[in-house]
Amino acid sequence: MSVLTVVFALIFYLATAILVAGVGYRIWLYARTPAPLKIPVTPAPLTPAGVALRLGKEVVLFASLFRSNKWTWLFGWVFHFALLLVLLRHLRYFQEPVWGWVALIQPFGKYAAFAMVAGLAGLWARRFLVDRVRYISAPSDHLMLALLLAIALSGLSMKYFFHTDIVALKAFFLGLMRFDLQPLPADPMLIVHLSLVALLMVIFPFSKLLHAPGLFFAPTRNQIDNPREKRHLVPWAAQLEAGERSASTTS
Amino acid sequence: MADFEVPELKEEIAPPPVREGVTGHLKPFVADAKFQEPLGYPGELVDNWQEVAIAKMGELLGKYRSLRVFLDICVKCGACTDKCHYFLGTTDGNNMPVARQDLLRRVYRRYFTFAGKYFPKLVGAVDLTEEVLDQWYSYYHQCSQCRRCSVFCPYGIDTAEISMAAREIMDSVGKGQKYCNEIIGKVIKIGNNLGLPQPALADTLEGLEEEVKMDTGRDVRFPLDEKGAEVLLVTPSADFFAEPHVDGLIGYAKVFHQAGISWTLSSYASEAANFGMFIGSYENMRKLALRIREAALELGVKRIVFGECGHAWRVAYAFLNTLAGPFDFLDPKYPVPQHICEVTYDLIKRGALKLDPSANDHRRVTFHDSCNVARATRMGDFPGGQFVIPREILKSVCNHFYDMPADTIYDATFCCGGGGGLLTDDLIELRVKGALPRMEALKHVVEEYGVTHLVAICAICKSQFSKVLPYYGFEMDQILSLHQLVGDALVFEAQA
Ligand code: SF4
Ligand code: SF4
Repeated sequence: MSVLTVVFALIFYLATAILVAGVGYRIWLYARTPAPLKIPVTPAPLTPAGVALRLGKEVVLFASLFRSNKWTWLFGWVFHFALLLVLLRHLRYFQEPVWGWVALIQPFGKYAAFAMVAGLAGLWARRFLVDRVRYISAPSDHLMLALLLAIALSGLSMKYFFHTDIVALKAFFLGLMRFDLQPLPADPMLIVHLSLVALLMVIFPFSKLLHAPGLFFAPTRNQIDNPREKRHLVPWAAQLEAGERSASTTS
Repeated sequence: MADFEVPELKEEIAPPPVREGVTGHLKPFVADAKFQEPLGYPGELVDNWQEVAIAKMGELLGKYRSLRVFLDICVKCGACTDKCHYFLGTTDGNNMPVARQDLLRRVYRRYFTFAGKYFPKLVGAVDLTEEVLDQWYSYYHQCSQCRRCSVFCPYGIDTAEISMAAREIMDSVGKGQKYCNEIIGKVIKIGNNLGLPQPALADTLEGLEEEVKMDTGRDVRFPLDEKGAEVLLVTPSADFFAEPHVDGLIGYAKVFHQAGISWTLSSYASEAANFGMFIGSYENMRKLALRIREAALELGVKRIVFGECGHAWRVAYAFLNTLAGPFDFLDPKYPVPQHICEVTYDLIKRGALKLDPSANDHRRVTFHDSCNVARATRMGDFPGGQFVIPREILKSVCNHFYDMPADTIYDATFCCGGGGGLLTDDLIELRVKGALPRMEALKHVVEEYGVTHLVAICAICKSQFSKVLPYYGFEMDQILSLHQLVGDALVFEAQA
């Protein structure tokens, strides 16, 4: 077994562990932290189904962003959905046999990679061209786009110029999943691509990429508008009340 | 008229080029010890303020999911950058909602996140220095907590939540704002923002009874502390004598009179406003809210109705049940609490009011959705009732109603520029500039439809507009209370 294979196996185990544990911890934190007041931005749904619909529209259509800024919406939506397609397309490296629908989307996934690059380029251009967006961009905001773009471009270049042995690659990943190491092809572009992906996985739980799970926890969007009908009281507020009552009976 | 430049009204509301720090000098007076201490805050900046501030931030992160999540998930997409009236009016980059959040987020990152601890430069994390505290004091008092940014953010990030937390942190280190804290103190001590004691209030109400008698020939009552009344009316104290607020109060009294609903004000809870919300203090907000519960119990009323006030309606509608509930001692037939507009609207629908809209024929009106009503509450039993109900009332009492442009009303409404605890003379420059988008929208309907009056249902909006309208070439009395129009349209037959 080559050193390269062992190193990358370790990298991917570690990156996966950090991604899962890190994001899991963040989600646990968000879920554990109480929301003491009813603060849905109104008009807000009156039922749980309504809330699901509201969040669904945000996740699938980026509804608020659409209302807000058409260019950002266009680039952002194209990027995210292209990314989704590309990710689904990559599922084929992790399953044997490949599911029917994963096989079916393969040709679309190919074009999605270009769409993804276009979306990222548009988003990045805004960071330079729109003075308001320039003002609020930190180095990490630029680097995040650079990283995503580099991942997309290195992936694309393997498709069209620096072909790699995808059969061996698939064996490597299937091996990782079965704890049975198989050799990783030693192609430079593949090494670049995989390193960047691992880096992204590691950064995820420590960065703004947390917007993905966080979206579901925003009280402004996930609360039901029923404060008059149902009393909303979190434990720390109940404690405050109880403390007062016992203080007033003992005094 | 002003020692600053009043922005020019344009045809279209367009984002200006960003400038850096141009309103950094605007900040309200700092509260001294006599306003801080009654609220449970240190009288002056404590020596180890950095430590205290970070500890407080940690505490709030554990208590408020909004803060915890919002500080993590902003992607700097910029969608909110052109949505804040203070940015549009002042052009100061730090008044872009995301930049305003970042003032706190940078410190959060430095002390509470891995990236900020080890790679501060990369993610723009900074130490909490005196300079940063000054910036907080400035820019968290240039946010009216109107939530417009939240509507347009893809993740619903609400800068109001951040600025409330920031103010709570500043209070806890001894750097509170005089205007808000002085007022909260007055409510705790006397019962209302104005510090108006019972006898003065009784006097004022008596004067109003005489005035209405002269106008209508009817004995319309303004009862105070009357046990056994059906309704406890809680209204902003500005309604007792500020213009045009008081005409709204007269309107409510006329509605109750004609509908035959017995009602009373309470001298103990003679204030609907609750500035505890503006300073992000659950405890202080709760203290004020509990007075309303106590008054309702004491007077033995069956319903609680709130007068025209935006943030007060938010605290009432969204928080009262949490802060001071349960209200199981009230009549379960009615929501607790109710808005005066809900009461009036129901009466109109039932045909219980005799209205002659031609009494308002000399007025061509438009309606200003107050931010807290629009984006933090509801009226009636369907989403969006807070937009429909006031407009339906207006249309039944006035023949000439015209809405302002669609991107400036409903949940996209622009703040009056004076909300969120900023309605103080030491912030007048900010208030005038922050009113710009609303003034542009008003100008549009004035030119297009010959609108003569702006109608509002918020005490802060009314005070703010009477002050800033003249800066933009309008008259101060072009702002009216909704219930003034109702009162004027009510027909009273001569008393037998
Ligand atoms: S719209 Fe939301 S996510 Fe985008 S920059 Fe503003 S606060 Fe951040
Ligand atoms: S809450 Fe309103 S005032 Fe505050 S930043 Fe958002 S838009 Fe501006």
